[in-house]
Amino acid sequence: MFYIYCPHCEEHREEEEFHAVGQAHIPRPLDPESCSDKQWGEFLFFRDNPRGLHHELWVHAIGCRKFFNITRDTQTYEIKEVYKIGEKPTFTADVAVNAVESTT
Amino acid sequence: MNQPNRLDQGGRLERATAISFEFNGKKYPGFVGDTLASALLANGIDVIGRSFKYSRPRGIVAAGAEEPNAIMQLGATEATQVPNVRATQQELYNGLVAKSTNGWPNVDFDMMSTLGKVGAKVMPPGFYYKTFMYPKSLWSTYEKFIRKAAGLGRSPLESDPDRYDHYHQHADIVIVGAGPAGLSAALVAARSGARVIIADEQAEFGGSLLHSQEQIEGIDALEWLANTVAELASFPEVQMLPRSTVNGYHDHNFLTIHQRCSDHVADRAAKNSSRQRMHRVRAKWVILATGSHERPLVYANNDVPGNMLASAVSTYINRYAVIPGHQLVLMTTNDGAYNTAFDWHNAGRKVVAIVDTRAEGAAAAVVAKAALLGIKVMVGTAVVEAQGSKRVKSVSVAGLNSAGDKLVGEVSTLVCDTLASSGGWSPAIHLSCHTGARPVWSDEVIGFIPGDTLQQQLTAGSINGCFDLQNTLIQGTEAGQQAVKNAGFSLEGEVVAPTAAAVVINTGMALYHIPHPKVTSRAPKQFVDLQNDVTAAGIEMATLEGFESIEHVKRYTAMGFGTDQGKLGNINGMAIAAKSMHKTIPETGTTIFRPNYTPVTFGAIAGRHCGELFDPKRYTAMHQWHLERGALFEDVGNWKRPWYFPLKGESMQQTLERECLAVRASAGILDASTLGKIDIQGPDAREFLGRVYTNAWAKLAIGKCRYGLMCGEDGMVFDDGVTACMADNHFVMTTTTGGAARVLEWLEIYHQTEWPELQVYFNSVTDHWSTVTVTGPNARKIIEQVVDDIDVSNDAFKYMDWKAATVKGVPARIFRISFTGELSFEINVQANYGMRIWEAVMAAGEEYNLTPYGTESMHILRTEKGFIIAGQDTDGSVHPYDLGMGWAVSQKKPFSFIGKRGMNREDCVKEGRKQLVGLKTKDPMQVIPEGAQAVDDPNQPIPMTMLGHVTSSYYSACLGHSIAMAFIRDGHKRMGDTVYYPLADGQSIEAIICSPIFFDPKGEQQNV
Amino acid sequence: MQKYSGFGLLKHALSHHENWQRVWRNPVPKKKYDVVIVGGGGHGLATAYYLAKVHGITNIAVLEKGYLGGGNTARNTTIVRSNYLWDESAKIYEHSMKLWEGLSQDLNYNVMFSQRGVLNLGHTLQDMRDIQRRVNANRLNGIDGEILDPQQIKEIVPMMDCSDRPRYPIMGASWQPRGGVARHDAVAWGFARAADALGVDLIQQCEVVDFIIEEGTATGVMTKSHGVIEAGRIGCVTAGNSSVMAKMAGFKLPIESHPLQALVSEPIKPILDTVVMSNHVHGYISQSDKGDLVIGAGIDGYNGYGQRGSYHTIEHTVQAIVELFPVFSRVRMNRQWGGIVDTTPDACPIISATPVDNLFFNCGWGTGGFKATPGSGHVFAQTLAWGKASDMAKPFSMFRFHDGALIDEHGAAGVAH
Repeated sequence: MFYIYCPHCEEHREEEEFHAVGQAHIPRPLDPESCSDKQWGEFLFFRDNPRGLHHELWVHAIGCRKFFNITRDTQTYEIKEVYKIGEKPTFTADVAVNAVESTT
Repeated sequence: MNQPNRLDQGGRLERATAISFEFNGKKYPGFVGDTLASALLANGIDVIGRSFKYSRPRGIVAAGAEEPNAIMQLGATEATQVPNVRATQQELYNGLVAKSTNGWPNVDFDMMSTLGKVGAKVMPPGFYYKTFMYPKSLWSTYEKFIRKAAGLGRSPLESDPDRYDHYHQHADIVIVGAGPAGLSAALVAARSGARVIIADEQAEFGGSLLHSQEQIEGIDALEWLANTVAELASFPEVQMLPRSTVNGYHDHNFLTIHQRCSDHVADRAAKNSSRQRMHRVRAKWVILATGSHERPLVYANNDVPGNMLASAVSTYINRYAVIPGHQLVLMTTNDGAYNTAFDWHNAGRKVVAIVDTRAEGAAAAVVAKAALLGIKVMVGTAVVEAQGSKRVKSVSVAGLNSAGDKLVGEVSTLVCDTLASSGGWSPAIHLSCHTGARPVWSDEVIGFIPGDTLQQQLTAGSINGCFDLQNTLIQGTEAGQQAVKNAGFSLEGEVVAPTAAAVVINTGMALYHIPHPKVTSRAPKQFVDLQNDVTAAGIEMATLEGFESIEHVKRYTAMGFGTDQGKLGNINGMAIAAKSMHKTIPETGTTIFRPNYTPVTFGAIAGRHCGELFDPKRYTAMHQWHLERGALFEDVGNWKRPWYFPLKGESMQQTLERECLAVRASAGILDASTLGKIDIQGPDAREFLGRVYTNAWAKLAIGKCRYGLMCGEDGMVFDDGVTACMADNHFVMTTTTGGAARVLEWLEIYHQTEWPELQVYFNSVTDHWSTVTVTGPNARKIIEQVVDDIDVSNDAFKYMDWKAATVKGVPARIFRISFTGELSFEINVQANYGMRIWEAVMAAGEEYNLTPYGTESMHILRTEKGFIIAGQDTDGSVHPYDLGMGWAVSQKKPFSFIGKRGMNREDCVKEGRKQLVGLKTKDPMQVIPEGAQAVDDPNQPIPMTMLGHVTSSYYSACLGHSIAMAFIRDGHKRMGDTVYYPLADGQSIEAIICSPIFFDPKGEQQNV
Repeated sequence: MQKYSGFGLLKHALSHHENWQRVWRNPVPKKKYDVVIVGGGGHGLATAYYLAKVHGITNIAVLEKGYLGGGNTARNTTIVRSNYLWDESAKIYEHSMKLWEGLSQDLNYNVMFSQRGVLNLGHTLQDMRDIQRRVNANRLNGIDGEILDPQQIKEIVPMMDCSDRPRYPIMGASWQPRGGVARHDAVAWGFARAADALGVDLIQQCEVVDFIIEEGTATGVMTKSHGVIEAGRIGCVTAGNSSVMAKMAGFKLPIESHPLQALVSEPIKPILDTVVMSNHVHGYISQSDKGDLVIGAGIDGYNGYGQRGSYHTIEHTVQAIVELFPVFSRVRMNRQWGGIVDTTPDACPIISATPVDNLFFNCGWGTGGFKATPGSGHVFAQTLAWGKASDMAKPFSMFRFHDGALIDEHGAAGVAH
């Protein structure tokens, strides 16, 4: 059971108060009508689903009702960071890859 | 009464309080301070059960959580039965009733054992995969027999009379285990002022100190223990939890601690107290000081009663004043176990020999002590076999080479009744694995030690393979210091670890399986997992057959799948598998432990969240009135909604007909408070509505209401409701009862993540308002009487208007919307006025036969009008056009509203979609069951081509015939066609496709 | 292949079980195969077996990164049923059911398929409507099923609380008598042994780290331990890792991987003779032939590959079980564990060609994987043999998520099972 820092409440709270919504940073196409079925299907359903770092949207459902993002390792369940909507993650898979490269 | 194996002195018993217990129908004496196991041993009971597969007699092996054999059925009454209690962990209380779990007619004479002796030959691992296949038809018969042998204890057949609690806690430092490592860590942690929880599964703190003869800080270990416990108890922030097992170590330092509050005093808890408690603890730092389990050695007939763990023998002697036999042979691979022989000797009984498997034997001081006591020590020797059936009678010993894989010299016999063995100690790493960390093999420790973890976890003592007291105390102290620092606390002055005597010992031998003069497959059974009857031969056979991963071996032989989860056997089993494949133990894999460390009562996990508290119940403000009126209720989400209001002697159908006819003839009243209500405010509220609803909102005037459909991005309908315009920047949205929370989250996610630039705010106001719906031709006459200040005539208050008003002195919002197709007024008042207004309306309606009705009549009335219920007439796979509700979709809105793109995908616009239609049965009295599936040809052989299902179906008393809404493939084009509904009883109902609007298709009634 | 029988067992007993043959070989992989199957779980092994048996293609390798049957095959609650709502899914699960019914004999390996019946409980009026709809559809599709009232349920499961006491009383249930449970490990081992006997190479500890793709066509795989292995066609059957494999091949899947947890009680004497499932209170339970109560929990909401989930999910399930069976309150939970389920948006699998030629995926079974094992293997074998989807596989194309032709089974699979 995760222990999650809500960036709006500025407190750690139990996972039971939250609700995972899925992959973060999937903007709704600005002009849906110009999307092909394929593009719309990909927006709707196709996901990165990585084994490793995952940027994901959560909501403090039984709390402040605010949405925010988490960067979490889906293998170890370690939460690397929590950031508000509109902010950018500092931990990304690319950064991790680069870090490995630079040490090898 | 005499306890033949009880020592006159010593032990941690309350000898003044003699108590008695019952085992297999017979009464025995014992003491407070005993475990069930120590009391059984004190009374000289050898056979405490029969083995699972071969029905072999079994005795007590261990003294703690690792015990595989002594699995008891506990309980004096039916309701308080507890299956599979480990006798070594059950404290004795007066009147305790225990039974063996296997053995028929009794454990001393078991019929199955005869079968077991013969059957054992044809029951190697996995035998059931290889047989019982032919003839196919007999498998279910075979299985009945297999199933008869299943299980250890039995479930009670009556409901649990006890209750269970949950504690939710935060701690700076949680220490698991209160042995020397845990206690020395706790002392440091406590002194820092941190909030500390120290938990131990046993009745008393102390761990190995409870049977130790060593000294700490120059005083007896037991005295140091008493001082330490007293000091810890003096800190207000320290919580000491004995009888509390940390069963699970979950992500982000979350621990579950299972505390037995009353199991040590009685069958059931005292009135108003809990039997057990689950602590759910979030810890900043955790110190695992869980200790280790002694490993038995594997040799022939090592399961005969009288074969025990060396340390268990010491525990029984020193802690419980019980000596479980007369003549002891001790077999060991290490120096530590020599103490067992010394303890036995000091208790006044005979030590036949210490059989040390090492050629070099023990350290000089240890050997000298044995010599002093006159104990014979045989080095480079091993016990290859025990003899006896219900008790060890003698053992065979032979020389062993230094690699431990070959016997040398002759086999000789030693007469004894107890064989204690020690193959070293396996660190109790279980909790360290729970969050995915892989343990690491250490040749030095001869065991797995905790691997790297992401948790805020420290370890101390023998979990790290540290087996001597001084270093254990140092490790505990250091872990305590580290945890204090990590948790943000500090300590004054220098921290010094408690001191103990340094001990010089010789290295232990990595030995698991003692060779036998015969090859393993032909030797008498050499048990690895006693509970599941897994033998060394079985493991070798598994590897021979190609089960080479340790997981395969475990699964094929069932090793480690018992209630002890292989605490004794796993490492031995891995060693045997590894040797058989010419690999090392780490090469065959690791063994990963999952929660629970020891079994946990389901009731304790569930806590109070059962029955009434399983899920909250939501009641409307008028609930009491409904109850008094004899309403039956329907569960909708968490809500209890009145389903129908039967009068005395009425059938359900009669009630529904009366309720519906009353509405259409005069007036009915419905408690509509449960509908979701969301208050939406802000300058962009209107724009927002236009984006989330399929229809247009730009022109909805203040004081007006409009129905809207809500779709997902896939274009499928998921909710609907009426939204009213309160002011240009203020709307109130209603949702379905069950969908309220989901809709609010839906609005929020779009606002917060997609369109944060829109100034709009949402709040759930469902519980703030009570809604009294009055509907029927006489609704206005009733409303007129309760409304204080507004004109409710059709000219002044039109259909789809809402007005602020005062109702019987109470501020109200009245909506002229209708879900029945009749003239309707929905009065909304603050919830705490709900009952008053309801009663006022009822009083005003008396002369008009104002009839309360529930959800079932509401469904009939709305179906007569062809109004859908989202969730009943939709299932997430239909878009508005499928529902024939294209009129509610605006193609003109500039913004591509949610659902628009989705409902135009290729599959959504093609022919052959299932569309919502009405149905009239050929026989007007026949009601098609909801869920029935339509076909064109009732005589088509199975599988039949289905056209769609019936979503809503009722008998309409007003219309005098049955009505239904249904999905039919291309149904909108098939008006007038006949379809058939083949039912389970063989009949087919014939129905004609029609418009779903059965009553008042022009919608005149609601406009009067 | 050495034939297993009761008689054989006796014979081996006389020689102290020293002469059993290996259940499968441990071959060194060849350079090239007609078909390479990535993933040695139940589905992958079944695919290999049916490819060899039905289609005569025996130059096959199954590449497994760990040990055979060590993924979800080893971690599920072993329920088998076929009472799915929509025609497409009902068809494939019923196909599977029919294969289950002769599987032990076909494989000469007792998978202990035990048709003790499956109850799906309804606790609300809408539950009952959904049950009616599904059972009616099942009946017209030739799948056994009936609707029981609480009285009839009580006769089948006397220990369950069918009274009005629970928070959500049981209103009825669907009952599929042919449903049941099977011995999960034996299913993998049985398929492995039979496939090996037909010449299939089972390569364990052989992780695929990349696909070799030339001009849009897959020609082989790169393995960690054995380098490149060429393949005429590649079938990827790696539940719990599908998205990772797809990424290697350069495309995305409509899949999220979630933890799905299960637990068992200590073994107790037989008390529950059938499988009981409840979507509404979120729990399902059966009793194994060893006596353990085998209990399945709901899916955790977050993506996770850790083979473990959150404690409150377990807690909620145990509450549901105690609510349904108050007599189990004093029984004790022994062990819990987690698998990784690949879930699709419509709770139906993907058996499909992919954007890469000659590379096929079988994935996304969510919580329905175990019961589908033989059927999934049988259908996927056909897809691999033909190089295109068979009629039964066609609706399960991954491209349905583009045009919208979803098969929404959420009603039938709303909770993990």
